[in-house]
Amino acid sequence: MLSMTRTLFVALLITAQATIVLAAAPPIKIGALFAVTGPASFLGEPERNTAQMVVDEINQSGGIKGRMLLLITYDTQGDATRAVQAATRLIKEDKVVAIIGPSTTGDTMAIIPLVEKSQIPLISCAAGIKITEPVKPWVFKTAQNDSLAVAKIYEHLVKRKITKISILTVSDSFGSSGREQLKNQAAKYGIQILSDDTYGPKDTDMTPQLTKIRTNQSQALICWGTNPGPALIARNAKQLGLKLPLYMSHGVSSKKFIDLAGDAAEGIILPSGRVLVADILPNSDKQKKSLLSYVKDYQKHYKAEGDHFGGHAWDAVMLLKSAISKSGENPASIRGQLEKTKNFYGIGGIFNYSPADHSGLGKDAFVLVEVKGKDWKLVP
Amino acid sequence: MMNVLVFVGINTILAVALNLLLGYAGQISLGHAAFFGLGAYISGVLTVTYGLNSWISMFIAATATGILAFILGFPILKLKGHYLAMATLGFGIIVYIVFNETVALTGGPSGLSGIPNLGIASLTFDSDIKNYYLVWLFALISIFLSLNLADSRIGRALRAIHDSEVAARGMGVNVRLLKVQIFALSALLSAVAGSLYAHTMTFISPASFGFNFSVELVTMVIIGGLGSIYGSFLGAALLTLLPEILRAFQDYDIIVYGLLLILMTMFMPGGLVRGVPGILLSLRPARKQGREY
Repeated sequence: MLSMTRTLFVALLITAQATIVLAAAPPIKIGALFAVTGPASFLGEPERNTAQMVVDEINQSGGIKGRMLLLITYDTQGDATRAVQAATRLIKEDKVVAIIGPSTTGDTMAIIPLVEKSQIPLISCAAGIKITEPVKPWVFKTAQNDSLAVAKIYEHLVKRKITKISILTVSDSFGSSGREQLKNQAAKYGIQILSDDTYGPKDTDMTPQLTKIRTNQSQALICWGTNPGPALIARNAKQLGLKLPLYMSHGVSSKKFIDLAGDAAEGIILPSGRVLVADILPNSDKQKKSLLSYVKDYQKHYKAEGDHFGGHAWDAVMLLKSAISKSGENPASIRGQLEKTKNFYGIGGIFNYSPADHSGLGKDAFVLVEVKGKDWKLVP
Repeated sequence: MMNVLVFVGINTILAVALNLLLGYAGQISLGHAAFFGLGAYISGVLTVTYGLNSWISMFIAATATGILAFILGFPILKLKGHYLAMATLGFGIIVYIVFNETVALTGGPSGLSGIPNLGIASLTFDSDIKNYYLVWLFALISIFLSLNLADSRIGRALRAIHDSEVAARGMGVNVRLLKVQIFALSALLSAVAGSLYAHTMTFISPASFGFNFSVELVTMVIIGGLGSIYGSFLGAALLTLLPEILRAFQDYDIIVYGLLLILMTMFMPGGLVRGVPGILLSLRPARKQGREY
């Protein structure tokens, strides 16, 4: 009991100090919910880092019209219950004007009823299509729809005259959303899915699934998952001598994938946000400026490469910044202003929100990249 | 804050239910999150997909889960100790995988949304304060029932099983049937909590019903005090409120949380319900002595 009282006292002190430092000018409070720990931490951690970095930079350069921003971040651990508790706290106790995140579709869907009722704008960093379809007045998102990534791959298959494929997807929300899109869009591109297999997020050997695929007539294999599963698939495929062209999802669009898969990564093609290939984009690319500054900043602060997922948080904070500086800090006017966003050159793509579209990105948000010589190359 | 108290209520029902099994009958279950999840998903699917009334769905969810546990109980509860832990753990994982994989039915890992609130006539339980009264009504009923059960002949028989199954059988207790019955009752109460969770949150996803939550429930019961209904309430309240209080530590909250749990099990092995009075008692004579000398 003693230890508990003491920790509580320390906790009070810490909060008290934080308030004193910021008491100079009342800051604009922005809430953030990310899955910093737990199975979705590969999303939440870069997102949290990026959001904090961007907010710090905005504050260093004088804030928004002299007002500082205060980012209040809670960890959802990728669990809907915690997401709802944290969101309630952000809205009712911290009294934030807007919320960015959560990282996963599940967490986002869980808090949507709450933000809709409390009328607080939410800019989600999750990709699920359900988030913005149908459109909910207070909910926006920055992550590209999975359907766009699938379309990008299918277009490439059509170009290569490939019609028979196999798919191998991970059994979590990322994989099941990809699987749904792969199946839904196949007919439209005249593509036939010969085998549809899944693997568990913690599986360490995908040889059985690949052996099955080797014996059917597939001309290509599409694998939908996040690290480390797809790297194992690439390695297993190489060990089995599987000669099919291998396509992956944007879930592995980070250098870490190349490190994990090693030589087996060579020749793999995947859709990715432009952030991965920022340095080799043509100078005419309108996003290039944002991309390069993000990559450079992230490198400076965290000694790691800024990735696709952190970019979702960059976009969310910057969209919010531009809305607040145009319309003030009232949640309703922020919402209205967000909806009017046009030609915003972000990390994930060029955002154009409208009352009928709260996801804001087109197919050009993705580029196809290929692994060549342990690095990414653009696929024309 | 109201929102957290709703969860305290739900977790209290769960901890009380698990305590009947773990604390009284001495049978471990590492799969109770599965019963909680079954309650939530049966309620959710029946109302969302089939448009059934919320109360009827809740009733079906509780009965179905109870019957399932009853059937499951006969083979599983023959096992003892680590083997029972393994079997219930396995059951929990199977159910978790089913929630994830049956995408057409449960919505898969992205969850099931749009679950309606509970309501009576024109009153809908759609705000935290209304849900607070609703959930705590159920929590108080389950505490009351469990207290009665614990003090009855059945409660004494359960404690007899806990201490020695052979002795209990010698005294004429139908050990096998009683264990299965209490397992089914515990599952049924957990399913009620699950339905309440689904209808108050209006959204469910498998992540809330995984192995971690099963362990958290066991922790609630042990921290609160095995074999004490009030202890279960204390354990549930502490483990639900603590993360909220510790948010002040920001990134270090998990470390502090873990440390507190270790300290509590070290210095209060009998749980909060026995440890707190124990510490108070041990402090009092010491002070008196100090004054006298």
